[in-house]
Amino acid sequence: MNLEEKFGALKRKGEKALVGFVTAGYPSAEATTKIALAMLKGGVDILELGLPFSDPIADGVTIQQASERSLRAGMNPDLYFEVAAGIKKVEKVCLTYYNLVLQRGLEKFVSDCEAAGIKGVVVPDLPVEEARPLLKVCDRYDETDLIFLVAPTTTEKRLAKILEAASGFVYVVSLLGVTGARETISSSVSPLIRRIREQERVGGREVPLAVGFGISKPEQVRKVCGSGAADAETDANADGAIVGSAFIKIIEQGLARGSEGAGDEEKMLREIEEFAGSLKRETLVA
Amino acid sequence: MLSRPDEQGKFGKFGGKFAPEVLMTALEELEEAFNRFWLSEEKSFKQELGRLLRTYAGRPTPLYFAKNLSEMCGGASSANGSGTNGSGTNCGVKSGGVKIYLKREDLVHGGAHKLNNTLGQCLLAKKMGKRRVIAETGAGQHGVATAMAAAVLGLECEVFMGTEDIVRQRPNVFRMHLLGAKVSPVDSGSRTLKDAINESMRDWVTNVEDTYYLIGSVVGPHPYPLIVREFQRVIGRETKEQILRAEGRLPNLVVACVGGGSNALGTFYEFLEDKEVENKEGNEAGKEVELVGVEAAGKGLETGEHGASLCAGTEGVLHGMYSKLLQDEDGQIKQSYSFAPGLDYPGVGPELAYLVDSGRVKMRAATDEETLRAFEVLSTKEGIIPALESAHAIHYAVEEAKRRAKKAEKVEKVAKEQKQEREENLIVVCLSGRGDKDIFSVEEVLGGEGL
Repeated sequence: MNLEEKFGALKRKGEKALVGFVTAGYPSAEATTKIALAMLKGGVDILELGLPFSDPIADGVTIQQASERSLRAGMNPDLYFEVAAGIKKVEKVCLTYYNLVLQRGLEKFVSDCEAAGIKGVVVPDLPVEEARPLLKVCDRYDETDLIFLVAPTTTEKRLAKILEAASGFVYVVSLLGVTGARETISSSVSPLIRRIREQERVGGREVPLAVGFGISKPEQVRKVCGSGAADAETDANADGAIVGSAFIKIIEQGLARGSEGAGDEEKMLREIEEFAGSLKRETLVA
Repeated sequence: MLSRPDEQGKFGKFGGKFAPEVLMTALEELEEAFNRFWLSEEKSFKQELGRLLRTYAGRPTPLYFAKNLSEMCGGASSANGSGTNGSGTNCGVKSGGVKIYLKREDLVHGGAHKLNNTLGQCLLAKKMGKRRVIAETGAGQHGVATAMAAAVLGLECEVFMGTEDIVRQRPNVFRMHLLGAKVSPVDSGSRTLKDAINESMRDWVTNVEDTYYLIGSVVGPHPYPLIVREFQRVIGRETKEQILRAEGRLPNLVVACVGGGSNALGTFYEFLEDKEVENKEGNEAGKEVELVGVEAAGKGLETGEHGASLCAGTEGVLHGMYSKLLQDEDGQIKQSYSFAPGLDYPGVGPELAYLVDSGRVKMRAATDEETLRAFEVLSTKEGIIPALESAHAIHYAVEEAKRRAKKAEKVEKVAKEQKQEREENLIVVCLSGRGDKDIFSVEEVLGGEGL
């Protein structure tokens, strides 16, 4: 299933998509596989696997530290694709920065994605103006989409350009800022979603919208995915919610509990599964 | 030679706008504002900036003939020559000798060329209605210059600085505090300039609506490399006028140190199209003015511990630009190294990468050790303590002057009646900053010896 089909299938079941992010290799490659499985068990629909970069300018301190630790533990693109390929039966998305794509070679990167079952690539430092070369390659690989980001500051003119190039889903940045947990959901989400939907209507093509950045709690997922029955003012009625730093925090706390003993890891994995479950419940809107 | 980047903000293949979506609109607004206030015919912005540069920054800065340094270079060559006038000290600059001129950017208010850019950008920020400026800093010179410009123009100022650099450049941290700026330590990655830029971009993403990000070098996403180059061009413009006045001709060689590349590009830009024999009569086409940038070779290029992105880097994307970088084969950015924090950066400005790629600008590198000797030489010979960054350029200029003096002497013997000027080598070095900030780290390196 490609990403748009996945969103469609969920919609038919009366669900929105829960996209769960984790940094690959944090704290180790083996752990990532277990963590991913726990996320899936808990109800994550689409797994966003971060390929860490040394200079992640779009990330807050939580994902920065996870990236640093992952790189120190030896994560690299070859290992990343190996780990990704080992996680099966779920739609996967790769999040990374452009230099890693560039140095591997655009063609090789995308074909490696496809071989590993990765359905989409999110590159936060690749705006639509610079995306042409990568977009061309992705177009030749049916199964891998280039995912674009839209922010509250995106103008109508830019939005039109982005939607023209978009496929898979649109990554809607909920706020002005970097990734990381926030207490409340930004008030700019609802109007932004409405704005994008309006443009999509004009363009005649609907790409699913998933909201990310700052989402860390079930009630925030509810607000993002809610259809407005309860609260039309704040419910954004997006097609999915993306949660990242909150998962990393659980891993971080597990590590902080000390001895990386099996007991601690099991507890951490259980917490991840439970947390994913609590988020997933809020996407069952039917 | 491209004087402006293309529509995508590219100089050849270098440059561009590899920035997060949140910032794209801000970059467009910045480009519009810059076009309106600087590139158009509108006079008032330029007049206002011109007044600040004259009366506040202390421009124009002098072009100083470093007679002692020049003599030292010529003297060394004669001692190594035929030995006939080996005792010929204090003979003045001989015919066939080499003259070294220093463009005294160390005399700009604040002690470095950085203020040229920060005054320009703070004025732009004001015109754009921003109330707060943020900046990254490595050596602290850009941070100090931003704090000064923000203070004089009434803007709130926050400077991001790696914790490693905070230790190395204590005096500048204190100066920024005195100037009313907030200094925010950055404790991620290598804890130096690269990470300070990351953190500034993160702050900008968060506060883009009321905040202006004031980049300190010709790096970052378009239009920053263009903006900073334009505000630093004043160095080369003055230099050209001054050398023509002093010598009646253009220099043979212009040298500047390169970290991100702002003082180099600012100095080189006016000479890009020039031939060295311009303004002289009866000469054939002539050669281009040689432009040489000097990067930090740190502990030696072969050790991997250096800051020489142009000499030893490969192409990639960092901090919003496609340029030459220090990176591993996966594309992870490597930690750069130099004892001069202003050159301790694993990237370089895209326009400079383009000029080097096209062969117009040549690159060299000086090690910490070589630089330290140049630092001492300039201090003792001319009574000028250079910034460690600028001392890299001094090192190359001195070596090159010695080499040229030796060569000139040979030529002199072969063709005695040749015109003096033809053999004389005019070298201009951009002395981008003063070294007061470095005295403690130099003391540490020398371990109480030397000087």
